[in-house]
Amino acid sequence: MITIQSISVKKIWNILETVCDPEVPVLTLTDLGIVRDVKIIDETVEVIITPTYTGCPAMDMIAMNIRLALIENGYANIKITSVLSPAWTTDWMTETGKQKLHEYGIAPPKGNANTIIEDGIECPQCHSLNTTIISEFGSTACKALFKCNDCKEPFDYFKCY
Amino acid sequence: MQQPIPNSQFLIPYCLHLADTTLILSHRNSEWCGHGPILEQDIALTNIALDLLGQARNLYQYAATLMGDEFDEDKLAYLRNPSEFKNHLITERPNEDWAVTVLRQFYFSSFQHYFYSELKNSSDKQLAAIANKSLKEVAYHLRWSSEWVIRLGDGTTESNAKMQNAVEVLKDYTDEFFVMSNEEIELLQQAISVDLSTIKNNWQQKINEVFAEATLQFLYSTQPKIGGKLCQHTQYLTDLLVDMQVLQRTYPNSVW
Ligand SMILES: [Zn+2]
Repeated sequence: MITIQSISVKKIWNILETVCDPEVPVLTLTDLGIVRDVKIIDETVEVIITPTYTGCPAMDMIAMNIRLALIENGYANIKITSVLSPAWTTDWMTETGKQKLHEYGIAPPKGNANTIIEDGIECPQCHSLNTTIISEFGSTACKALFKCNDCKEPFDYFKCY
Repeated sequence: MQQPIPNSQFLIPYCLHLADTTLILSHRNSEWCGHGPILEQDIALTNIALDLLGQARNLYQYAATLMGDEFDEDKLAYLRNPSEFKNHLITERPNEDWAVTVLRQFYFSSFQHYFYSELKNSSDKQLAAIANKSLKEVAYHLRWSSEWVIRLGDGTTESNAKMQNAVEVLKDYTDEFFVMSNEEIELLQQAISVDLSTIKNNWQQKINEVFAEATLQFLYSTQPKIGGKLCQHTQYLTDLLVDMQVLQRTYPNSVW
């Protein structure tokens, strides 16, 4: 059944689809899978999000960007709730999101949440599989650093989590 | 009037102990920022520091909700005195050299791995959620630190000697991981806390496996240093807090 309520919730999801991750600006929050639920209770819009990494400094900014996007669209009473369970996983990243990462020059997560990081992640520049891990920790908490042995370029890998 | 939260007299100090330990180790690791042996490893250790800080934030936030409206994560981290901190003593030790730093991380990450594997089954839903989330990050810390222990232990004569020295330096500090505080004993009856005696063997086995590969000799302590959970600390913690808390102490309530 389509109700006023469900139409409004859909509208909010559409707005959230335009909000980008501050650290990887090609990804929207919905590509990342960090928006877990949207509720409308009386006049208040509640957006339930979950952090990627526990120490991710972008989370406060993400909450602020959600608030701003909703205010711009005329919503006044906004509540943003952060939940830890179930824990976020790269398994929730959409296929579109992975494609966008690849085009942006970041290798998307390969495998599932429990896959152990190994050499041979596809180079986003030349598509070679002849690549070596430099460090499991990269420029942000979610990335590892690789180098390509063919085109010799270093690249970021969005690691499985 | 607010309902008293069940077990809060034990749960609050338990959360603070877990939070303090991760915060203090995070701070020690962050002191390497800009000083790591190579850029990639500098970044690795500061990433680990950031993960630990995230865990500490979750735990302080939870403690603050149990303590009431006048508390928040910043007050708990920045405005408590050394005599109120409950961190493990191993975390407050100065970094000394790279060998001591990576060995401490290896001991601690191995401990956290088995600890969180149990805590994720806690009957306290928030602690279980924090444990489950943190466990994913600890897997990376454990792999990184074991690789360094092996690389240096099974490296040159000099690197092996430095690692073996680190084993000597830290030998009195690991028994504390497995000493149950009063609140842990109380909370165990509600299946909230972790029975530390059950994870000790797994921890020791993990250390032995990595040490065998690293050609290092594990040293047992004859005089274990314990008491961190009971707020008995060394001067090192005071020095660390003076540095870490200076901004909030000098300009109270300042925000970014
Ligand atoms: Zn390439």
